Amino acid sequence: MSINAIKVENLSKRYRIGSEKQARDTLAEVISDWVMRPIRNFQRLRNLTKFEAQELEKMEAEDIIWALRDVSFEIKPGEVIGVIGKNGAGKSTLLKILSRITYPTHGSVQLRGRVSSLLEVGTGFHPELTGRDNVFLNGTILGMTKVEIDRKFDEIVDFSGISKFIDTPVKFYSSGMGVRLAFSVAAHLEPEILLIDEVLSVGDAAFQKKSLGKMEEVSQAGRTVLFVSHNMGAVRSLCSRGLLLESGALTMDDDVDTVINQYLSSKDVSSMGRLNWSEADAPQDKELILYGIEMVSESGEVKTSFQIDEGFEIRIHYQIVEEVRNLRLYLRFKTTMSETVFATYEDAQIQQGFNRKPGHYTAVAKIPPNVLNNLTYRIYIGFDSPGNKVLIPGKEYLEVDIIDTSDGYRYVPGAFDGPIRPIIEWQVDESDGNG
Amino acid sequence: MENKQAEIKKIIIDPQDTNKKVINWKELFQYKDLFFFLVWRDIKTRYAQSVLGVGWAIIQPVFSMIVFTIVFGNLAKVNSEGVPYAIFSYTALVPWTFFSSSLTSASGSLISSKNLITKVYFPRLVIPIAPVLGKLVDFGISFLILLGLMVWFDVKPTIWALMVPVFIILMMLTAAGIGMWLTALSIQYRDIRYGADFFIQLLMYASPVIYATSIIPEKYQILYALNPMVGVIEGFRAALLGTRTMPWEFLGVGALMAIAFFLSGALYFRSMERYFADVA
Repeated sequence: MSINAIKVENLSKRYRIGSEKQARDTLAEVISDWVMRPIRNFQRLRNLTKFEAQELEKMEAEDIIWALRDVSFEIKPGEVIGVIGKNGAGKSTLLKILSRITYPTHGSVQLRGRVSSLLEVGTGFHPELTGRDNVFLNGTILGMTKVEIDRKFDEIVDFSGISKFIDTPVKFYSSGMGVRLAFSVAAHLEPEILLIDEVLSVGDAAFQKKSLGKMEEVSQAGRTVLFVSHNMGAVRSLCSRGLLLESGALTMDDDVDTVINQYLSSKDVSSMGRLNWSEADAPQDKELILYGIEMVSESGEVKTSFQIDEGFEIRIHYQIVEEVRNLRLYLRFKTTMSETVFATYEDAQIQQGFNRKPGHYTAVAKIPPNVLNNLTYRIYIGFDSPGNKVLIPGKEYLEVDIIDTSDGYRYVPGAFDGPIRPIIEWQVDESDGNG
Repeated sequence: MENKQAEIKKIIIDPQDTNKKVINWKELFQYKDLFFFLVWRDIKTRYAQSVLGVGWAIIQPVFSMIVFTIVFGNLAKVNSEGVPYAIFSYTALVPWTFFSSSLTSASGSLISSKNLITKVYFPRLVIPIAPVLGKLVDFGISFLILLGLMVWFDVKPTIWALMVPVFIILMMLTAAGIGMWLTALSIQYRDIRYGADFFIQLLMYASPVIYATSIIPEKYQILYALNPMVGVIEGFRAALLGTRTMPWEFLGVGALMAIAFFLSGALYFRSMERYFADVA
């Protein structure tokens, strides 16, 4: 059959980000800036919705972001598709266009059937209203009719497991309860096409198991599902086919395992697993040259992404040209927001007033498994001689992705809160009540 | 199930608006339950956790009436055309309060619904129109007080009281029309929200709330009636208080203007709605 549930043709989406010009620095400029500001503000705000071709040529610059570029694909009814890509690759924009929240700049989409999107659960929940009222409100916002909600009401409440509190205002709910109720409403939609963005990562483990079961049920019922997630375990278990988005472009459309493997191994150039410099362009000082940095797995592979439970090494190759007193090599793991997660130093012998002799060296930092979280980190490296001088100033050189492809449902899937995720041993003993 | 397959509808999304209709009534009708629950949410939550609750719906017009009666009725001795100034001004305040409060909440509605707009699709027109419907409840309550005042002051309505539903429709059309303009503008230009309160306040002086239209020079009266609330307010007075004859000419001009506001508002809103999620 050649009928498609979803047909996307040459879809592009451009955003205007409406950036302001930088500040002026003379008094006259400040005053004229102040006077002219309303006019410029008006132009800037008006331009947020302007995309005419002739204007665009003029300002095809930093003011514009292409969230999607020329994306085309077709999906047959009943297919369950995983959409994979790094943050900012355009996954959410794609779902927003498919769910008609925002419109494409070029290209078109044809959808056959009712579309429901779970872009965020609990949309439209009002804290002052009771759980019951919110089920109706949220249900109608998601496109159900009152009759449908009436029919499924008991099922929705049962699924959420909070029937006792259904007549309590939602503001008295714990956040977990609210999310469970919201998810049950969403899970009981009966659209032909269902778009899901990361909503499985809500609630406790038991509820997640239930949710995953529900999603499987939905997909087996012959509905078309588009599933966006960073949780490769969930994508692998739910989807048969995968779409890989990179910087707004669709770079791969294949069976889900192939796409996941490609995603995990490829990554874009800014996050290569190895950097090498020739003597001419290497970061250097007259005493020291940094020749290369690489990230190596336990099995000796150079990679950019590592499993959360897999240790890896960072190897730093450098040459000492002139003897350096108290050489200190420092390494920091930073978040993508450039906040330091932890720092470590190759300085063990500094106290002894040691000098490193000329020659070639490789310093290896062993990063233990189960310490980093399921996140992207940047590796920041620098050399100095404490109290003496900076040799090579610190800089972010590499990016590493820590991923969790374990089935994950024993724990909370997706990233835990916080920059690290060590395995903490817990012990619970029954106490006698005296402390 | 076979039937269901047959009625699967096709949706096309592209940069051009494929649906050229000004208002897609069919789609709005499909979302009637959403209308109902949004209006109902507004009503139910508006006075949540307040001591006076629905009492607030009457406090605003009643206290304005008291202040106006003291300042304009007793001190400034504004002509109230033969009826007590209190009921003269209150009859105007009932539709005026509806008009101003539904405009105020419509102009802020899109911004306060930002969460919805950026997460779910539904006909965006629901957003500025729901508050207009929601304020009808307050209007009903303050209208009951008006009936009470008429009994108290022993004012008899005329046969034209049957026209009141028409005035209500006119007033809703105007509020919805200007509301759609303000809403669509406010999501891009936040100034509208700050300016709207002020604009509405000024508009009150351009409407016969504290005075009668008769003080306006005759040759300017039709110009004055371009404000649809002039016809509505004078209509209320003519029908319920009998202070004047039915202002047909004001109502005619006002109705044309109300329809113009409504249509142009809907057109502008529809032309902008595809950008809401991007600029919200």
